[in-house]
Parts: sequence; C-alpha cells; structure tokens
Amino acid sequence: MDFNDLLTGSLQQALGPTAVVYCLAAIGLNIHFGYTGLLNFGQAGFMMVAGYAMVTMSTIWGGSLWLGVLVGIVLTVILALLLGVPTLRLRADYLAIVTIAAAEIIRQVISAAKFSDKLGGQDGLTGFIKPFREVNPFSEPVGIDGLVRWGPNDFWVMTVGWSLVAVSCLVVWLLMRSPWGRVLKSIREDEDAVRSLGKNVYAYKMQSLIIGGLFGALAGFVVALRSATVGPSFFATDVTFFAYTVLLIGGAARVLGPVAGAVIFWFLITVLDLFFGQATAGANPIIPASIMNDTQASLMRLIFMGLGLMLLMVFRPQGLFGDRRELAIDAR
Amino acid sequence: MPDEKGTLDSGGTEMTLGPVRPASARRGFDVDVEASRRALADVDRTPGVAKPDPILTADNVVRSFGGLTAVDVDHLEVQRGVITALIGPNGAGKTTLFNLLTGFDRPDSGAWSFNGRSLNRVPAYKVARMGMVRTFQLTKVLSKLTVIENMRVGATGQRGERLLAAMLAPLWRSQEDDNTERADSLLERFLLDKKREDFAGSLSGGQRKLLEMARSLMTDPELVMLDEPMAGVNPALKQTLLGHVKSLREEGRTVLFVEHDMDMVRDISDWVVVMAQGRIVAEGPPDAVMADPAVIDAYLGAHHDVELTFEAEEQIHAEAEAEIEQEAQTND
Repeated sequence: MDFNDLLTGSLQQALGPTAVVYCLAAIGLNIHFGYTGLLNFGQAGFMMVAGYAMVTMSTIWGGSLWLGVLVGIVLTVILALLLGVPTLRLRADYLAIVTIAAAEIIRQVISAAKFSDKLGGQDGLTGFIKPFREVNPFSEPVGIDGLVRWGPNDFWVMTVGWSLVAVSCLVVWLLMRSPWGRVLKSIREDEDAVRSLGKNVYAYKMQSLIIGGLFGALAGFVVALRSATVGPSFFATDVTFFAYTVLLIGGAARVLGPVAGAVIFWFLITVLDLFFGQATAGANPIIPASIMNDTQASLMRLIFMGLGLMLLMVFRPQGLFGDRRELAIDAR
Repeated sequence: MPDEKGTLDSGGTEMTLGPVRPASARRGFDVDVEASRRALADVDRTPGVAKPDPILTADNVVRSFGGLTAVDVDHLEVQRGVITALIGPNGAGKTTLFNLLTGFDRPDSGAWSFNGRSLNRVPAYKVARMGMVRTFQLTKVLSKLTVIENMRVGATGQRGERLLAAMLAPLWRSQEDDNTERADSLLERFLLDKKREDFAGSLSGGQRKLLEMARSLMTDPELVMLDEPMAGVNPALKQTLLGHVKSLREEGRTVLFVEHDMDMVRDISDWVVVMAQGRIVAEGPPDAVMADPAVIDAYLGAHHDVELTFEAEEQIHAEAEAEIEQEAQTND
C-alpha cells in the first residue's frame, strides 16, 4: 500500500478541474435548493446546453469561444424560462420532475445519431480548445514537489475555474446578505407568508432559477475546457446528484459550502478509489480475490459514498459547515 | 360621508401624531374613527346591508369545492375605520372567504373590490401592496429567519429587493436602516424586542401570533385581516393582543377578523358578521347579533332547546322546507 500515492492522487483530484466543475454546479444548486427551496434535478441540463453552445459556436460556426460563452448564457436563461414558466406556480416537486426529465431530453436529443454530423453523437465534439490553450501562461507542470503536481493545461483550467468560483462566491455572498436574498430565504420557509406581504413570489423564484442555472452554465463551460471535448456522457443524471452530494456535504445555504463540499467530496472519492484499487491489485492483494476482485473494487467508492451521505444526513443534516438552526434539510 | 374617506397615499407623507399613532402609520389614514363607529348605529341589522363608507365590498362571491358550496356571499360591505368580526361555526366558510378576498384563492364567480378598485383576478401579492394584508389561521412565521429578519421582509417597496440593486449595498443601506428602526419600534410594542435575534421557529405559539401581526403591520396596511388571532394564545397574552387590535383602529386602520372567542368578539368589535354554511346569516352590533335567534341556530342548530319527538321532527322538517322555499323566493 503506497500512502503517498493515495495522498497525491487525492489532492490532485480535490483541487483539480473536476472539483471546480462540481463546485460551480453546486453553487447554482445552492441558490436553487439551499436558499430558495427549489428542487432542480436537472442541473446537468443547464451545464450541457452551455457547454455545447460554447463548443458548437466554434466548431460549427467558426466563432470565438467568447461568442460561445455569450450564446451559452443566453440559451441557459431561455432554458430556465422554459422550465420555470409552467412549473414555478406549482408545488416544488413539479419542478423536480420537469427538470430531471428536461435534462435527459436534452441529453438524448444532442447525442442522437440524426445530429451526429454536427453534434458528434455519442462521441461528442473536439477541436475547439486551441484558442484557450494558446493563452495559457503555464508551460511547465505546476505543483509542490513530492506532494502534488498538475500538467500545465490542467493548471490553466484550474486557475480560470477557481477564479470563477471566487467571483461566484462573492456574487452569492453579495446577493444573500441583501433584502433580495432575504426574500429568497423567506420563500424557502413559507411562500404564502411572503405573498401575503406583497412580494411577487413567482418572479423571485424565476430569478433564482435563472441565476442558479447560470452558475450551472459556468460549470458546463469548465467541463468543455477541462476535457478539451464535450460529450453526452459528461452530462448524465448522476452529475446533478453528485453536485447535490457536494452541496449537502459542505452545507446548504452557506456561501462557501459548495467549495468545501467539492474539495472534500473529490478527496474522499479518490482516496476510496485508489485504496480499493491498490488493495485488490497485484499478485498477492491485501483483499483476496475471493472477497473482491479489482472490477468490483472500482464500485466500492460509490457504495462508501452513499453510506457516508446517509450517515451525514442522520448525524449532521446541516452538512459540515451549515448552521444547525438554519439547516435547509428538514424532516418535519 | 364622503369627507371621511381614507386616502391611500402610498407615497407616504410622514405624519407625527404623538404617541397614539406610531411611526408605522405612514400612509396617513384620514379616518374619523368615532364618526365611523357612530355611523354604524343607523345601519340596518340585516345580512348584506350597505354601510355608509365601505372599504371592502363583495358581491355574489361563490366558491365551491366539488359538490360543496363553501362560500356563497350575496353581498358584504365592511365599514372603514372600525373593527368588524366575522364569526360562524366551523366549516362556515370564513377562512375560505378570507382566501378569496385576499387573492389566495379564486372564486367561481362574483366581484369584490377594495377602496373602489376591483380585485377580480388580482394576485395575492398585489392585493397586499394595495394595503389589504392578512394573517393566517395556522401562523406562518419564517422559522429559519430571525425575528428581526421576519420583520424586515414585511417592509414594502424595498430597493434592495430588486435583483440588480441587491448587490450594491449603498443603494439600499439607508432604507434598510429606516425599516429596521420601524421594525424595532413595532417589536417593542408587541413585546418581542427581547427575541429580536432569535430564530422565529423558536418562538411560542402566542409569540408567533404576535410576530405575524407585527410583521403584517410592516407593510403599513389600511385593512388588516386577522384569521383567528386568538387561537392558541394564553389568557394573559390575549389581553395584550386585544389592546393591539384596538390600537390598530386608533391608528385609522380597518380591521376584519375571524374569531371563535366570543369574549373577544364582544369586547372589541364594532360590527359582527355571522356566516353559516357559506352564507351570511346575520349582521349587527355584537350584543344584538349574539341575541339573534338566527345566530344561535347557526351555532347550536335550530330547536336545540326542544326535546325531539318523531312528530316534532316531522313538523320541523316541514317548517324548514317551507322556510327554505320562502327564502329562495325572497332571494330571487
């Protein structure tokens, strides 16, 4: 068992580009679920629309990535409006059903064979990353010797990504200390009470859906930049649920909850993965093959993650950094 | 009495009228309370009678749930500047009527207006902005917000509640300070100032009632509609609440409240409206109404003081049918 490997690999993931993606997605969900009480189960849909918009602008129409970002943002707002107009007047669970379905519809349509000449089908799209990497100031791997190291491209994505996270957290903090944020939190507590005080609840929920979706869009852009490709498999339903896990670990309705959650989530899941990988590898593994082989080992991280999430909900439902008195998950 | 019309001036000329009218009364209601109350003395004591200066009128408001007609009000007027009680046995449709009048529910048919402005299809939040604010039978405090935050949500026309202004604190700071000052004076008046920083969810049932009433006053309403303000309130607190309701009248606000506590009704109301089975069956000053046989019938059932024989029952059925027929004819 090489513990140094475990630590290095886990740190690399905990601070790496993937953690950035889930952090941004969870910041969006924090606006939706943590502050407003909206159950958006289709964050992957927002990410996919934005990611594909950015990429197709350059692969199909030959535009710049910046134009792609702009189009992605516009399309995300349109998607939020499409989802919100029919459902936000209804009970919270309707939004959950509609968003999870919409995210799957978007994914199925984009990956359909019929559009594969333009959208790449299941293989996705590549060949847009050059302008991004051309402005990369890093040419050597970056890291701390003997502890962790990232390639220049990854580190460039991380630099851009964590900067986006910082700006996003600042925006969330500014919004949530304002009277606007107070109305959102009030809607989470009791819609009718807010309505009876003369606030247009529907409009506030719509604004919340759009803003949270826009953070999802940022996550979608980073997905594309991280992998230098976009494909339907990057935006499957489990992306949304991982993002929820990140949010719940860190603590909902906390500005820095998603940041802490993303780092911890990716650290733990990589440690578990590497541990079981090493424990079942080689000619004479620590865990004998009669108990578990290496294929089964790769699933253990998810089993432990699920177990951990259950324990977290039972013993610390407010997440690691949440305020117990103000926890958003409420069994009552 | 057109010279007694209250003016709804939401621009708000600041008025300092000594201790009787606190800073919260900013709309400046020009209501001669005594004259309003005296005027009621000449009003007929028949259901649906016209008032000299109605603030709220309703015509033919019908709401049925499936086969059950919950509310069927031919005509109702609420006199400005007085305290009107709405009483009736359980299931009489009082709360449903409240919901209809405040836009929380839509009637099947009918017309109703506030200060002469029609409220048909006006959403609840707009009704509240017009100056007609309600509380709820099951108290709706925002549990995971502090008491002072609950109060601040109530303030209307907040600049910081607009999305773009929200991020720039200097734009709303001064208004927020004014609102906080007003909230603090209301909390003091409602004996909640010691609970200022507590989460509203930690308050007792009676304190929640107080908070909800105080919060509704943050909107500076012209008509306050209280749905069972005394339910679950201990006797000591009851006296305080009674004082608060009376003080609303002294400020020139109109009060309409639903209540089962007959002592309270007798004590503070200037006019009583009795509902039974969705209809208004009696109206008048409290003493007259409580002696009215129709009211006693509504609460205890007709012939509650007669021993029932088979023959008598038959006779009662016949009488009742004749009565209904007669009523139907007079209504046509």
